[in-house]
Amino acid sequence: MNETTLLKMRGIVKSFPGVRALQNVDFTLNKGEIHALMGENGAGKSTLIKVLTGVYPKDAGNIELEGKAVAIHSPQDAQNLGISTVYQEITLCPNLTVAENMFIGRGEGVLTNWKQINADADKLLQSLDIPAKATQQLSNCSIAVQQMVAIARAVDMDCKVLILDEPTSSLDEQEVEKLFGLMRDLKEMGVGIIFVTHFLDQVYEVCDKITVLRDGQLVGEYEIKDLPRVQLVAKMLGKEMDDLSDIKGETNEYKGKDAGEIVFEAKDLQSDAGIKPFDFFIKKGEVNGFTGLLGSGRSECVRAIFGADRILGGKVKVHGKDVKINKPIDAMRNGIAYLPEDRKIDGIIGDLSVRENIILALQVLTGFFKPFSKAEANAFADEFIEKLNIKTSSADKPIKALSGGNQQKVILARWLLMHPEYLILDEPTRGIDVGTKVAIQKLVLELASEGMSVTFISSETDEMLRTCSRLVVMRDRKVVGELTGDDLTQNKIMATIAGGE
Amino acid sequence: MTKDKKGNALGVIKTIASNQLFIPLLALVLLAVVNLINDPTFFEIKNVTNNAGYIVKSGALITILDYGSELAILAIGMTLVTAASGGQDISVGATIAIAGSAMLRVLCGGNSRPDTIQAPIIVAFLVACIVGMLCGAFNGMLVSIFKIQPMIATLILFTAGRSIAAWINNNELPIVPDPKFAYFGGFIPGIPIPTTVFIAAICIVIIALVLKFTNLGLYTQAVGINESSSRLNGINPTFIKFLSFVILGLCVAVAALIKVSRLSTINYSVIAKDIEMDAILAVALGGNALSGGKFNIWASILGAYVIQFLTTTLYKFNVPSDALAAYKAVVVIILVVFSAPKAREYMEMFVKKLNPARKEAA
Repeated sequence: MNETTLLKMRGIVKSFPGVRALQNVDFTLNKGEIHALMGENGAGKSTLIKVLTGVYPKDAGNIELEGKAVAIHSPQDAQNLGISTVYQEITLCPNLTVAENMFIGRGEGVLTNWKQINADADKLLQSLDIPAKATQQLSNCSIAVQQMVAIARAVDMDCKVLILDEPTSSLDEQEVEKLFGLMRDLKEMGVGIIFVTHFLDQVYEVCDKITVLRDGQLVGEYEIKDLPRVQLVAKMLGKEMDDLSDIKGETNEYKGKDAGEIVFEAKDLQSDAGIKPFDFFIKKGEVNGFTGLLGSGRSECVRAIFGADRILGGKVKVHGKDVKINKPIDAMRNGIAYLPEDRKIDGIIGDLSVRENIILALQVLTGFFKPFSKAEANAFADEFIEKLNIKTSSADKPIKALSGGNQQKVILARWLLMHPEYLILDEPTRGIDVGTKVAIQKLVLELASEGMSVTFISSETDEMLRTCSRLVVMRDRKVVGELTGDDLTQNKIMATIAGGE
Repeated sequence: MTKDKKGNALGVIKTIASNQLFIPLLALVLLAVVNLINDPTFFEIKNVTNNAGYIVKSGALITILDYGSELAILAIGMTLVTAASGGQDISVGATIAIAGSAMLRVLCGGNSRPDTIQAPIIVAFLVACIVGMLCGAFNGMLVSIFKIQPMIATLILFTAGRSIAAWINNNELPIVPDPKFAYFGGFIPGIPIPTTVFIAAICIVIIALVLKFTNLGLYTQAVGINESSSRLNGINPTFIKFLSFVILGLCVAVAALIKVSRLSTINYSVIAKDIEMDAILAVALGGNALSGGKFNIWASILGAYVIQFLTTTLYKFNVPSDALAAYKAVVVIILVVFSAPKAREYMEMFVKKLNPARKEAA
């Protein structure tokens, strides 16, 4: 492979008021290389990307592209130099066609030859093996294809450096595979790819090199084969983690008098979200989970338990007593808490402060006419900011200004403050760094050992195996099996999900 | 040492400038200065004898407080509606006509020139409150349950309201015979300050207490910012939006009492004309996002008085009433642009640029 240096960033410094976001960071990208940029939330990955793409001006350091020093003052500059970025959230226009999205904002004349453009677009899509048609409306494509269209747009702009910022977090496995295929093709074409992700598996599957950042400093650059997984995690966290997988052994099981009592039970529960009626129960101090492919109905099941969707039928018992749960407040009154899957849409109240976000659920439960005093609210907020180690300069800061992992901790704090008997966590670790992930997993086991019942949903099976003692397996919006004890293995889960052999 | 002081001063300026009350306060000060230069007697408050033979306070400031009352009261409700629904109610002028007409109907009993009032004033006011809240409930239902855009939903009453008002009194213009009824929009004998000032003050105190002793503020903002998330936290967004319109309906009824009392009669096509635009403007002037979410009700109320201050000032400058709107628009454009978040960013950048220059000088 051609080992010429494509991009060289040296001694990059960037400070924000009160924080040194980047201190003397170096980064090198070769032609035809897929280079993973790793680090915990707040390690400086995004800042480095934003400096490179001209979103932030750098305080010091220099950037060389193909041996020439370049000055990047705006995203437009970056694009003209051949540096393109594809973000986690699709930044295209869903109501335009694929071709329009690929060529928008690049027209040079007044007249546009759509026939030509559509033909060009189709040719490019075909050459990149992207399953989309030029004239198709973008919103009709799956998220993965939309992302690929964004990449195709970048490729067509003669990009030399392609930055993929968490492109896989909303894709399922097959879609990720397709995306990786495309990435490998581009690599063959000599494009340098910077890949930012939280998924370790994916890094080892597709990347050549890894650069690790921690607290705004460069930890090092490594060949993928020289850096085993455990060491990578250790480098990101800045401490040796002897064993990630064995956290179950560290915590005790709940051994109260009422251990084993059924806290929540549902029979033939069904909601309007398109799941088949299902039965479910959870015991005191138990951690169980719903597993299955993305879209198999995992989230819909727990949403039905919490009354988040419209309930169509079924019987629900809490501590053996019949109750009606038709809306979230009913569930909350019965001691059920639900951390939703989509933090941005269902979790945070963006403009409200960290404090208000923390107290919200308990406040609603306490009642409209009994607002907490300032002192009470402050005490609640401070308690959980400390307990969960939420990184924020003040409880008054709007939650949207926090990093994803810290936002998630705030939402978690919101529900823990309610002191629920039964806590449902739907993808609590999605899009957050390894350190926080492990912290959340440990917290779940700890809560269970104190007698809380927890249902845990995650796309990462190993995470579920690490925390849950019982797994409900789903396929095509139906519960297809239940695994406990020795059956809790990757293979068995896969087999159950696949079914029918 | 001096450097530190300067840095501190800049910091303080920055903190003040970032406060939501800054723009309306600045506008108020500017208007006051302009008036002071133009005519120092603007701020004089004289004792005069009014038509009823009582000594009352008079002057431009009193006029502003007096005529700003309706707007301030409406700004309270409009702020809540804006925050919860992310839209505005453009029917308040028309519903003032409806509530006012209903009040007259009860007071005059369908007779356009009665010798005495046919029902106690309090009963008439309560009926107006119910009518105002019903109008609010109608708008609120369309917005919260049927998810119609607020401006479209309230367009219905905006268009039909004044006809409904006329229909309530068979298109007659009843005159209230009881001089007591005129107290609300004028003066209570022996008290030299306009009654409207007290009515506005009571409304402001009530909303302050409601915001302090209930979660109305928190719920409204939560629903305005993220409806889906609010629902998953046990809040009923439909009800909160509905409630905000009903509260505005109540504000409308109070404003109607003042408006009708000022004349002791009604003119269906003119009463409270265009007041909805001023009320929306008050909300915007207070630096509240018209797309909903976080709000500061005090900034809106202050905004309402700034608008009235502006109107009074323009009258003082002998701007003919036909041209008033055009002059107002110019001033409003400047104010609104300056209170936009983008303008704030630019100002902050400007302050930052000043900062190093000063350091070098020192």
